[in-house]
Amino acid sequence: MHLNEFRKPQDIDRVIKFLKKIDRKIKIMEVCGTHTMAIAKSGIKGLLPENIKLISGPGCPVCVTPSEEIDAILELCRKNRDLIITTYGDMMKVPGTNVGESLEKLRALGSDIRIVYSALDAVEIAKNNQDREVVFLGIGFETTTPGTILALEEAINNNINNFYIYSMHKLVEPALRALLEQPDFDIDGFICPGHVGAVIGEEGFRFLVDEYKKPSVICGFEAGDILIGIFKIINQIINNDVKLENEYKRVVKTEGNKIIKEKVEKYFKVSDDLWRGIGLIKNSGLKLKKEYEKFDAITRFNITLRENNKTTACRCGDVIKGKIEPNECSLFGRLCTPENAVGPCMVSSEGACAAYYKYLQF
Amino acid sequence: MCLAVPLKVVNIEGNTAQAEIEGVKRTIRIDFVKDVKVGDYVIVHAGFAIEKLKEEDAIENLRLIKEVTDALK
Ligand code: SF4
Repeated sequence: MHLNEFRKPQDIDRVIKFLKKIDRKIKIMEVCGTHTMAIAKSGIKGLLPENIKLISGPGCPVCVTPSEEIDAILELCRKNRDLIITTYGDMMKVPGTNVGESLEKLRALGSDIRIVYSALDAVEIAKNNQDREVVFLGIGFETTTPGTILALEEAINNNINNFYIYSMHKLVEPALRALLEQPDFDIDGFICPGHVGAVIGEEGFRFLVDEYKKPSVICGFEAGDILIGIFKIINQIINNDVKLENEYKRVVKTEGNKIIKEKVEKYFKVSDDLWRGIGLIKNSGLKLKKEYEKFDAITRFNITLRENNKTTACRCGDVIKGKIEPNECSLFGRLCTPENAVGPCMVSSEGACAAYYKYLQF
Repeated sequence: MCLAVPLKVVNIEGNTAQAEIEGVKRTIRIDFVKDVKVGDYVIVHAGFAIEKLKEEDAIENLRLIKEVTDALK
């Protein structure tokens, strides 16, 4: 489907040439982990002049999951040795506050922790192990929640009684608002996440321009998409013409995906939620509604979050907020590498520190 | 985990479909996208389609990009 043309559109060199001539300082935030990876991989940062900075935002689900939640998961594991925990692979190495503890470590010590590609695989595991209880760790934003919904519906329709969801799903808008409300927030424009856009629709990002007057472009994930997006944002800045543009018309529609939106509303209630680095954000998380309590791991296992004020040298929180670049963390590349990650921003393949380490540090 | 890719639907059975890219086949769910037909492209994320990718939209998208680059002549 014209993929190559989006990777390298005709005459894209003209855009690059134009961008190279810009000499004012501009900071653009990309909000999606996949954009972070695509930008790093494609070498786009190297094509831009020094003064145009691309900063990663709170778009990597593993990275924004707070240590309190990681600790709760690890405790759940430790206390219930018969449980089967199912999770997306990225969560395995995230360290808790107890030094050296992670899902991977607990698995090595005998806990039954299984990596799944889709949430439906987790229900399958429950079907095949009816004498055991199975918990699925539901993390991710608007694009991932539908997978959890499929799993929930599968469990409901098949009367599965040993399947539980620990919903830590999060919403993008409240997090962006929280960042924008910070007094020292100095981002000039946003590359909006295209696939979140496919779900919430173009209109889901309208607040960025209407309320916060930030140039914003919804972007696809090919190198050409991103360069065009950056160009459009800069054009808006230069011409003082703030608007919401949709560069990813082939996927993102005005209203988004109605089916997904309705199902999210049916099964989930919006609740306040904790984010790494940012703290508690009002109405930023999704928990299962009371009617579906039977499938709720939080109720079944009485999961409560224990506040921890432990400070560490890991500056993931500041990386997520776009305050520092990964290499400004004193541990980066020395004590913290993908093989030996100290924080989730290095653990997750979509994390800003991992992307920086892999593609940009030399 | 958020990676989403365009795949071409090659077979449909109820809400389950087979979709492929460069010869690699995957089983996906199409519950969230209306009227998916064999031959359609869908954006697939962790095992389910989130949106259809229409040829005419892709062409329109390219036209808009061309407008940008043309303006820089
Ligand atoms: S480099 Fe490592 S320690 Fe530093 S912020 Fe990133 S993940 Fe945390």
